[in-house]
Amino acid sequence: MIATTHRRALLRATAALCAALAVPAFAQSALDDILAKKVITVAIPTDSAPYGYVGTDLQPQGLDVDVANLIGAKLGVKVELVPVTSANRIPYLQTRKADLVISTLGKNPEREKVIDFTIAYSPFFQAIFGPKSLMVKTPADLAGKTVGVTRGAMEDQEVGKIAPPGVDIKRFEDMNGTVSAYAAGQVQLMGVGASVAGNFVAKNPQVSTEFKLLLKDSPNYIGVAKGEDKLRLKVNEIIAAAKASGELNKLALKWLGRPLGELPS
Amino acid sequence: MIALDFAPVLAEWPLLAKGAAVTLALTAVSASVGVVLGVACAWARLHGAPWLKAIVGSYVELIRNTPFIVQLFFIYFGLPGIGVRLSNETASVLAMVINLGAYAAEIVRAGIATTPRGQIEAAQSLALSELQVFTRVVLPPSLQRVWPALVSQIIIVMLGSAVCGQISTNELSYAVNLIHSRNFRAFEATFVGTGIYLVMAIALRHLLNWAGPRFVFGK
Repeated sequence: MIATTHRRALLRATAALCAALAVPAFAQSALDDILAKKVITVAIPTDSAPYGYVGTDLQPQGLDVDVANLIGAKLGVKVELVPVTSANRIPYLQTRKADLVISTLGKNPEREKVIDFTIAYSPFFQAIFGPKSLMVKTPADLAGKTVGVTRGAMEDQEVGKIAPPGVDIKRFEDMNGTVSAYAAGQVQLMGVGASVAGNFVAKNPQVSTEFKLLLKDSPNYIGVAKGEDKLRLKVNEIIAAAKASGELNKLALKWLGRPLGELPS
Repeated sequence: MIALDFAPVLAEWPLLAKGAAVTLALTAVSASVGVVLGVACAWARLHGAPWLKAIVGSYVELIRNTPFIVQLFFIYFGLPGIGVRLSNETASVLAMVINLGAYAAEIVRAGIATTPRGQIEAAQSLALSELQVFTRVVLPPSLQRVWPALVSQIIIVMLGSAVCGQISTNELSYAVNLIHSRNFRAFEATFVGTGIYLVMAIALRHLLNWAGPRFVFGK
């Protein structure tokens, strides 16, 4: 009985603590604040070439960085870049450490529960990459070949869906393992995200790696804090205008080497 | 509070069974070859030429003072750099053999070093060759003395094979990790995996304790 009372008290205390720690409901003022301060804070990646990485001059660059600067220019405000990782980019929005997250962010139902998304601004895809000398045109060509993927990643599931029998799928613990195995020639092909492959190609030009097969298209969206509709609609307007004027397409050609293509809105 | 659900993990029993079989196969091969390598190295460190002693000594120190996973990664990811490309299974077995060989060498050497001098002199006075003295007179009782330590080392190597999943060898830990990356039942999957390792380790110890006196060093 005493134990039960204690547990109830503990539960109540925990609930109270959670309520206190929960992000307070901000008024919809992000856009007004940005325009008043003349500064917009944007979370960008620095580990995902060509979307966001640190150049030789130690300045962040890439498609996501250019999109951030484009939005800043259209709003007429200064852009403050904050480097984030895959794991902490959503918390940055939730805690209002950033106004926007432009960081190869894909949309899924779990994320939509905690933040809002603008319309898509750039293509992103998981694909099979391999050496130019190896002929892979259709999923059937994978038969008898070894494909490295990261266990539990989106690529792992997608390769399983398209692979014909006889494909030797080797699963590694993390992206580094997958890429190292490919670099060492332990697997003939690798199924990874476009940014991982881009990074690898940039650092290992001696291994002539190219795009082979598309696994999944999952375009990037800009993340906005939940309920900031004014800011979200303004950014939507800017993206739509940049799509119409061809500015976004130019950025896609510059960084990704392929046109923007059809993006969902 | 936490709802445990073992059904999604147990439904993957073919994966678990295959993983356990691969772990046992890796252990069987690497234990057989590794113990032979260990005996050879022990002999070399005691009776070999000075240059051989130096080489074997460096090998033992190198392996005993570096982590197993680094040795494994060196063989799998590093050796292709000089053109030696081994499959993940071969790399796993090789790493386990090399690892066990170094530890077994020291264990067996300790057994040999405690052989009473009179026993060797008695064998020599019977005009046995040096090789005969070692294989017939010195080695069997030495192995008998260190057998419990050797069995423990083999079990350590079997448990250590869990990291071979890192280079996509389909052993038991690989199966466990794959299962919970698919159904997010990490507690249940690792719990089941732990249980299988425990049973395998205890069974292996009993098997080796039974087999040792019968097939390895005689009664």
